[in-house]
Amino acid sequence: MNQALNSKRITLGEGGLTIVFILTTILSIYAAIYAHDAPFAFHASLAAAFSAWAVFAIIVRHRSRSGLPPQEINGAPNYNLGPIKFMSFMAMFWGIAGFSAGLYIALELAYPGLNIAQWVNFGRLRPLHTSAVIFAFGGNVLLATSFYVVQKTTRARLAGDLAPWFVAIGYNFFIVIAGTGYLLGVTQSKEYAEPEWYADLWLTIVWVTYLLVFLATLMKRKEPHIYVANWFYLAFIITIAVLHLGNNPTLPVSFLGSKSYIVWSGVQDAMFQWWYGHNAVGFFLTAGFLGIMYYFIPKRAERPVYSYRLSIIHFWALIFLYIWAGPHHLHYTALPDWTQTLGMTFSIMLWMPSWGGMINGLMTLSGAWDKLRTDPVLRMMVVSVAFYGMSTFEGPMMAIKAVNSLSHYTDWTIGHVHSGALGWVGFVSFGALYCLVPWVWGRKQLYSIRLVNWHFWIATLGIVLYISAMWVSGILQGLMWRAYTSLGFLEYSFIESVEAMHPFYVIRAAGGGLFLIGALIMAYNLWMTVRVGERSEAQPQAALQPAE
Amino acid sequence: MADHAHHGEIDKVTGTATTGHEWDGIQELNTPLPRWWIWTFYATIIWAIGYFIVYPAWPLMNGYTHGLFGYSSRAELDVDLAKLNQIRGEKMQALANASLEEIEKNPALLALARAKGKVVFGDNCAACHGSGAAGGKGFPNLNDDDWLWGGTLEQIEKTIKYGARSGNDDGHMGNMLAFGKDGVLTKEQIVQVANFVRSLSGQSTRPGVDLAAGKQIFAENCVACHGEDAKGNPELGAPNLTDKIWLYGGDEATIIETITNGRGGVMPAWIGRLDPTTIKAMAVYVHSLGGGK
Repeated sequence: MNQALNSKRITLGEGGLTIVFILTTILSIYAAIYAHDAPFAFHASLAAAFSAWAVFAIIVRHRSRSGLPPQEINGAPNYNLGPIKFMSFMAMFWGIAGFSAGLYIALELAYPGLNIAQWVNFGRLRPLHTSAVIFAFGGNVLLATSFYVVQKTTRARLAGDLAPWFVAIGYNFFIVIAGTGYLLGVTQSKEYAEPEWYADLWLTIVWVTYLLVFLATLMKRKEPHIYVANWFYLAFIITIAVLHLGNNPTLPVSFLGSKSYIVWSGVQDAMFQWWYGHNAVGFFLTAGFLGIMYYFIPKRAERPVYSYRLSIIHFWALIFLYIWAGPHHLHYTALPDWTQTLGMTFSIMLWMPSWGGMINGLMTLSGAWDKLRTDPVLRMMVVSVAFYGMSTFEGPMMAIKAVNSLSHYTDWTIGHVHSGALGWVGFVSFGALYCLVPWVWGRKQLYSIRLVNWHFWIATLGIVLYISAMWVSGILQGLMWRAYTSLGFLEYSFIESVEAMHPFYVIRAAGGGLFLIGALIMAYNLWMTVRVGERSEAQPQAALQPAE
Repeated sequence: MADHAHHGEIDKVTGTATTGHEWDGIQELNTPLPRWWIWTFYATIIWAIGYFIVYPAWPLMNGYTHGLFGYSSRAELDVDLAKLNQIRGEKMQALANASLEEIEKNPALLALARAKGKVVFGDNCAACHGSGAAGGKGFPNLNDDDWLWGGTLEQIEKTIKYGARSGNDDGHMGNMLAFGKDGVLTKEQIVQVANFVRSLSGQSTRPGVDLAAGKQIFAENCVACHGEDAKGNPELGAPNLTDKIWLYGGDEATIIETITNGRGGVMPAWIGRLDPTTIKAMAVYVHSLGGGK
């Protein structure tokens, strides 16, 4: 009783955050009133509303809670599942939004008449699509699974009381600012780093908090060793912080306006951009999702990880080599030849370290291959690892200068990215969410395994259509651009190559449409799992979870 | 690692020892690295080192390692361009020196000019005129023999060089005036003259419209540019109204719109953007599309 009364006091986090959000409310209102441009005023208004809501939410939560949630209940860890549920939901929401935007821009390429207004033109929707699928869908999956995995594999409750919620909601607020900014034309024109300075600053605060929550949870772990999935998650969190800071040092034109200019110039800016861009692939879309793979595949297959030694070697080799590979995005440009050489050679050396993850993922199935016939969730994750292996072979190959001279600037690159994005990142995320949702909501099983099967086959067909169309179209483009006549003139004008792409753009859009249909089936299945799924027995913490 | 192996139990399926740790039910086997994996990894590293030796690779304090053969991608580009110039070679020089008429008469030069013109057309002109040069609403079809600014080789070359309403001092001038918007003609008069214009090319007219009045309005307002016979004037870019080729459309509503608001499509000047030989080649190409005069 005494303890309950003590913990009813306002915590440092509650008091501190309340003061901070009161200040940001006032600052945001000021910024909204004196803003130099309409989008900035809009974003400042959103920030004011968000900050005011946060103050309100913290106070309401404080009044309704009896004490702080205990670290353990009856000797078992009292896992913090609320932020994980929130981010699982957001992942599905943003995933469907991002896939839809992708489908629409695919149709715009096939039928340019669909560019009907500035807000939905290809130039603005394209970054909305990429950011929505990578950072909004992928990011929420990574945050949700990392919060789950780090708790389960350390047998410790997530560190911090409000901090995990701050990360979960703060990250999604960043996405709202970034996404609405794109539609309004706010961009710093750096691929995959389009959000302007104020969104970048906010993300920095959220991300450092994320790092601290993750580290603090690891530090209070009840297991003697740190599980491999957590190495990958930690590498992902730290490196993304470094990349974000390296690629975004900008000088705002005014602190009351949305426009800023990067401090880097010329080829150095290009090099920073692709050091960032490639390692966003390496550490966001590879290392982070390998963390997912290392937990969810052995867990679902109920088999030990194939090789501890391989995991340790390929982990260190992967993170050391990946960071050098960025220059292969700038072959045959103003970038010095020596830098291009390093980008290319390190990409080749990266091949086996990447495949180490594939081997560990696939070989973990030994002794459980029969489960692929009956468990479409496991099948989805295993196929994702196969796509990962294919993409990480294709990538080094495309980094070879001779291959790159054909493939660069063509749809082949788009095909390559999507075999990784749809096949690897998409499928491993779907698999993880199919596992995670019943687990965190305390359901015995998914609402329907049949629907997972449908999702698997529809989406797989979509991926195959997508990537094969882009391979053909990309290689065709590359060959058309470099074809010379015997008189020494280009065989084809650019517009002829554009016309030649049309059928492949239609096929690609069809593939994307199938992928979206699969995701809609999934969303329905997960929704029904939460709504009508049969409760599992072990649910000790449900009654004591605050603010869910 | 050896320590782990000692503590691990043996996995029944694979016969391999685990490391002896467990996280949330997950164990790890202590399987050695696959041999093919480690040897392929070594091979890529050795290949990379070889590449470092041969090609420019590492930054130094004052420069970088140049590699065994002093490779540079800039020099490689120069070699490629030299090869291309060799293929084009003397023929290109001949094209540069020849007049439009000489090109027209010499089959080899004509083929060269058309080949060059086709590519340049696709990359510069197709955006408006279409890759087949069939044009579109407001953008002339270049395959027919109807020419706004004249269809001879010299006239086509001049149009490409200086454009139309392009802002270039030598460009074609002259607009279709906005007779309705500027209050010169009433709505009723516009309907009358529009129907008269349609009758010139043998198209149907709206019953009850006074064509004689239309003819009178035409004579007072339109002949200055389009001519007494309405066959147009290439000096002013005034289209021939007696044929069935329409730049914006020959239906009554579009003609009324044209007379009401006027027209003045822009063709940019290409001089300064494309070199004279290229413009010459393009003029020959456009001329050869089917309708050259």
